[in-house]
This record gives sequence, structure tokens and C-alpha cells, in this order.
Amino acid sequence: MSSATRLRPPRNWLDQRVMAWWRAQIGVLTAVVVVPLLILGLLIAPARAWFLIPAAVLAVVGLVGILLLPPWWFRIHRWEVTDQAVYTRGGVLWQVWRVAPMSRIQTVDTMRGPLQRAFGLSTVTVTTASSAGAVKIEGLDHEQAADLAEELTRITHDTPGDAT
Amino acid sequence: MSDTGPADPAFDHAAAAPAPDSVATTTPTAGDEPGWLALHRDTVKVTGVWVFILALGGAIPTTIGIGSGTSYGTALAWVVPAVVLVVLVSAIADYVRWRHSRYRVTPTRMEQHKGMVFTTKRSLGRERIRTVDLSADPVQRVFGLVKVSIGTGEQVEAGGPGQSPQTIVLDPVHRDEGERLRALLLDRAPVAADGTEPDVRVLARWDPGWLRFAPLSFWTLALAGIAVGGLFQVLNWFGRESLPIDTTRDIVEDIGATQTLVLFAVVFVLVGAVATLALTLEAWWAYRLEREPGGTLRVRRGLLTTRSVSIEEQRVRGVEIVEPLGVRSAGAARVDVVTTGLRTDPKSEASTLLPAAPMTVAASVAAAVAGVRPGGRLRRHPVAARTRRLRWALAADVVLAAAVVWLTVASPVRDFWAVVLTVLAAACCVALVLLAGDAYRSLGHDLDGDYLVARKGSLRRATVYLQRNGIIGWRLSQSVFQRRAGLLTLTATTAAGARRYSVVDADEHEVLDFGAEAVPGLLDPFLVRDAPVAAEPEQAAFRER
Repeated sequence: MSSATRLRPPRNWLDQRVMAWWRAQIGVLTAVVVVPLLILGLLIAPARAWFLIPAAVLAVVGLVGILLLPPWWFRIHRWEVTDQAVYTRGGVLWQVWRVAPMSRIQTVDTMRGPLQRAFGLSTVTVTTASSAGAVKIEGLDHEQAADLAEELTRITHDTPGDAT
Repeated sequence: MSDTGPADPAFDHAAAAPAPDSVATTTPTAGDEPGWLALHRDTVKVTGVWVFILALGGAIPTTIGIGSGTSYGTALAWVVPAVVLVVLVSAIADYVRWRHSRYRVTPTRMEQHKGMVFTTKRSLGRERIRTVDLSADPVQRVFGLVKVSIGTGEQVEAGGPGQSPQTIVLDPVHRDEGERLRALLLDRAPVAADGTEPDVRVLARWDPGWLRFAPLSFWTLALAGIAVGGLFQVLNWFGRESLPIDTTRDIVEDIGATQTLVLFAVVFVLVGAVATLALTLEAWWAYRLEREPGGTLRVRRGLLTTRSVSIEEQRVRGVEIVEPLGVRSAGAARVDVVTTGLRTDPKSEASTLLPAAPMTVAASVAAAVAGVRPGGRLRRHPVAARTRRLRWALAADVVLAAAVVWLTVASPVRDFWAVVLTVLAAACCVALVLLAGDAYRSLGHDLDGDYLVARKGSLRRATVYLQRNGIIGWRLSQSVFQRRAGLLTLTATTAAGARRYSVVDADEHEVLDFGAEAVPGLLDPFLVRDAPVAAEPEQAAFRER
């Protein structure tokens, strides 16, 4: 092979607001750990240092994560839909590309979690007959997601195939 | 019990044998509606016998327990009525179940009604039925009965949770009725209606010599471990936990510590070997793999409990040749089928087409079922893949060595055990490095006609032959370490078997071309091919000159 074949990144970015959503997620996750530690530290005087120092360290880690991770993730997470397939890129340390052909798509779902709803975001999930083959696009604008789901449903209806 | 025992099966069999077709009509019908059939009434006797056997298992120790305290007469006076009561109650319960279970086969559907208080009505479209499996436990075999499981093979997840399972179980019907249902429900286009034996081709047949591969499985150690655990449990019941320790001390005094250790290891392996031999014998005796004219593969096997599994060839998406390390060292392999719609999970024995058998047999079965040519050379993976595996092995070695050092130096482990631990750890370290090399040699991928071939694994080396048009998506993944080493893992997703099959740690450029070639058109739009590297302009220049 004289030429080097590479995967090109999918064409579309997620909605900008996804970074705020990720920040909120990291914030919630950090708070779930840090807040109980803080309360314990304030209540149990003799072991105060044992609770407050880890709490402070975790809080700093969480803050750094909130500042640095979302922009990094945003650059990696991409998606694309062609007439033939759905193509996504995700993951950070373990990058994952997924391709699902239109002719094999069984269902197209849009989902909005409570936190996502606060940021006006949706998740589009495309499933095939393989339980290992689901493709998720997390963090699209609500209307954009609805349009995409509609378009996907239309294309899969027009594409012949028995989905297995 | 004795009056229902041996006389009946002979009678039933004699009555049924001459006219198999009449079975359906002579089976008592339940209710007034036409076409509804009942299960076989002997199920009450089968249940009675099973409960009686189980009750005996509990009754004998109880009798001894009570009898040793008082007298055996008193003990029997308590135990016998209890056993009779338990058997009677379960037989009556089974009678009620039998009374309220019926089924029928209409031209389009297979239907079942069951239950007295909460009635269940289940109806499967006949065109959707994919599996009709028969099995018979030893008691059912004595009565000439079989359990029939009829399934559509659809995933529960496809219809969402809470959907009723797409299976109908008839437990039990007469053996001939089971065969009739199997032929009726699986064969879309019935062959010869005149009752002649259809043209069945036997693809593989049981060879008792294959038993020699059984003790090489990992089950040998697992079963021996279970046996030891069971022994301690039983001793615990009898309040004799210290017995094994005392016995061990006596043996050590007699023959020395090292010899005792070796002796115990040998006994351990022997117990496991006998157990795996017995289990394999029971599960695979009289094994036969057949291809039936309706496009069905049929696996029949079993010594005490007989099983028959049917696999519709239309749904077969490939085969997997599995060589666990021990079995592989003897030049043997197992063949699993990769298919959609098998009721059970892919790890269970239901998907096994051929038990551990010589590689030539495995290759011929794979060839007969899927038309592949096993044994060919596969494309190798980059050396970086070996470096990764060696690095893992060395990391594990370091952890192991640290643990041993800590145990021998920092904790009061006695000299003898320190030596044993060190020797074992050293052996493990060497084994890990060897396994890493072996795992690298196992890696390979290629195309074989309509199939994608991927091989990996050392302790469980598996070569999957996956139909290229059975691939319904790609998943490519690359960790930070893989990126630095120029490796990529390509996973084909499919509706069959394990749902995903991977080409692990392949060259990051080559495997993309491979994926694009395996399923034309799917990956291509997302690939970019860098401008040909330096070699080609030079060639052009050479040509000009």
C-alpha cells in the first residue's frame, strides 16, 4: 500500500451549548462527592483535615475539568449523516468512530434528559439490529435533533433493506 | 411408583411406533374447540418420579438423623407420609397444569393456552418461527416424551422490555409428536408427503476418541475447585471442618511437604479430569450434525438427557473456530455457529456445532456449514501489537513480583510457602510473556470469499468467519497508546452471535482499506487517502528517463 488511508472527521459539530451541558455534568458529579465531604468535615471536628483536604483537592480537580475538558471534547465529538450512513466520532483518550448504514437502521429516537432540557439540547440515538451497533449523537439543538430524526426516518424508509 | 414404572414406556412406544401420524389424533383433546391438543398425560408420572427422587435425597439423611436419635420406626413413620404427601401434591399440581394447557397449529399460527387462574394465551406466526428444539431428561426418555421449545428467535430488546417472550414451550409431548411439530413448523416446503425419510446429510458424527480433549478444557480446574469447595461444605455440615487440616498434617509427616503438595495437585487435576469427562460424555454422547433438505442444520446429542437443536441456515451469518489453549495444544478445536435468532446467549452450548475435535474435522465442518477454507494464512498485524502485549505482560509481572516480595519479606510467610510462592510466581511471569507472544501470533485478519476472517486470543483463540453482508455497521476505536503505535481496532457489528467481532490492533491505515473492501461503499465516503508517498513520483521520473 503506497498511500496511507485515514478516517476523515465527520463534517458537523455539536451545538455550542453542549459545552455548558458538559460543564454542568462535571459540576454535578464533583458536587456529589465534595458536598458530603464538606458536611462531614464541618460536623466531625477531630477528623476535619481528613475530610476537608480531599474535598479541596477534588474541588480543584473538578474546576480544572470544568475549564479544560469541554473545549477538548467539543473538538473531538463530531457527526455526519449522508444518504448512505450515519457517521460519528467520539471518545477522548479512547477515540471511537461509528458507522451505521441507512439500510440497516431499525429505529431513530430523540431523547431529552432533564439537564439537557435546561440547555435546550437533545440526543439522537440510531439503533440497528445489532445491540452493539447503536450510534448516539449527544448534544444537538432541540429543533435540529427533531429535524434530523425526521430526515433519518425518511431516508431509512426510502432505503431498501431488511435491517439484518 | 413401581406400578407406573417400566411397563408404561414399552406400551406407549409400541402403540406409537407403527403409526407415528396417528399420534396427533389420539392425543386427548382438551375443550370442545377443534384442533386443540393437550400435552402428554404422562407428564404427571414424570413429575411424580422426579419429585420422588428429589424427596428421597432429602428423606434418607432425615431418616438417619431422626432414627439415630430415636428409633428407625419412628423416623419412617414421619418421613414416609411426608414423602408421599409431597409427591402427591406435586403430581396433582402437575395434573392441573396439564389439564389447563393446550396448543394447536393452524395453517398460519402456533397457539398455546395455559393456566387456570391466570390464563396465558400465546400465539406465534408460523412464518416467524425460527427454532424448534427438543430435549428430554432421563425420566422423560423412559416415558418416550420430549420437551419442545418453539421460538421466533427475536430479541426481547427489539420489542422493548415487558414484551412477552417469543417462545412457546410444550413440556412434554410424545417423542413422535415432537418430531412431527419440528418437521411441520420448520419446513416451509414439506418434502415427500409419502413418509419416506428425507434426504438428510450427516456433516459430523461423534467419535468417542474426542473425549480425550475434554480434560484439557479449563473446566477441569474449575470443577475440581467446585469439588473441593463442596467437600469442605459437607464436612462443615457434619461439624468436621478440622478433618482436612489434620489429614494433611498426617500426610506431611509421612511423606514430606513437597511430596504432599505434588500429590494434592495431582489428585486435584485427576478429580477435575474425571468430572469434565463425565460432563462431556453426558452432553455430547451420540452427537450428530445433520443438514436437512429444508435448509436446516440439526445438532443431536446427549447420553442421559437428549437434546436436539435446529438452526435455520438462512439465518447463519458465519462460524467461529474456537481453540482454548489446552484444546489447541492437542491440535483440536471447537466450532460455534454465528447466527441470528438463537434463543440462548452466544456463550452457551446451544451455539456449538462441534465439540472439541481434531482440527481437520473442525475445518471440514466449518467448510461444510459456511463454505470457508480454514487454515489459510491470514494477514499479520504490525510488530507494535506484539510490543503492546509484551508491555502488558511485563506490567503484570512487576505487580506479581512486588506482591511476592511483599508476602515473603514484609509478612510472616513461612519458608516453605515462600519458596512455593516464588516458584509459582516465576512460572507465572514466564507464562505471561509466552502468552503475550502467542497472543500476537494469533492476531490476523483477511477476506475469504464472502466472509471476513478475524483471529485473536491466546487462552481462548477464536477465528471468526463472518459473512460480509451480515455486517451492519463499523466501530473503529483507537486508544492513546494505540494512536502512538499506529494501531487501530476495527469492530464489525452484526445481528448475529456475539453482536460484535473485532480485528484487534491492526495497522491503522491497512485496516481501513480492509474494512472498505469487506463491505463496499460503507466506509469509503469517510476515508481520505493521502497523496501517494515519495515512492511514486520517483518511479514516474524513472519512467520518463
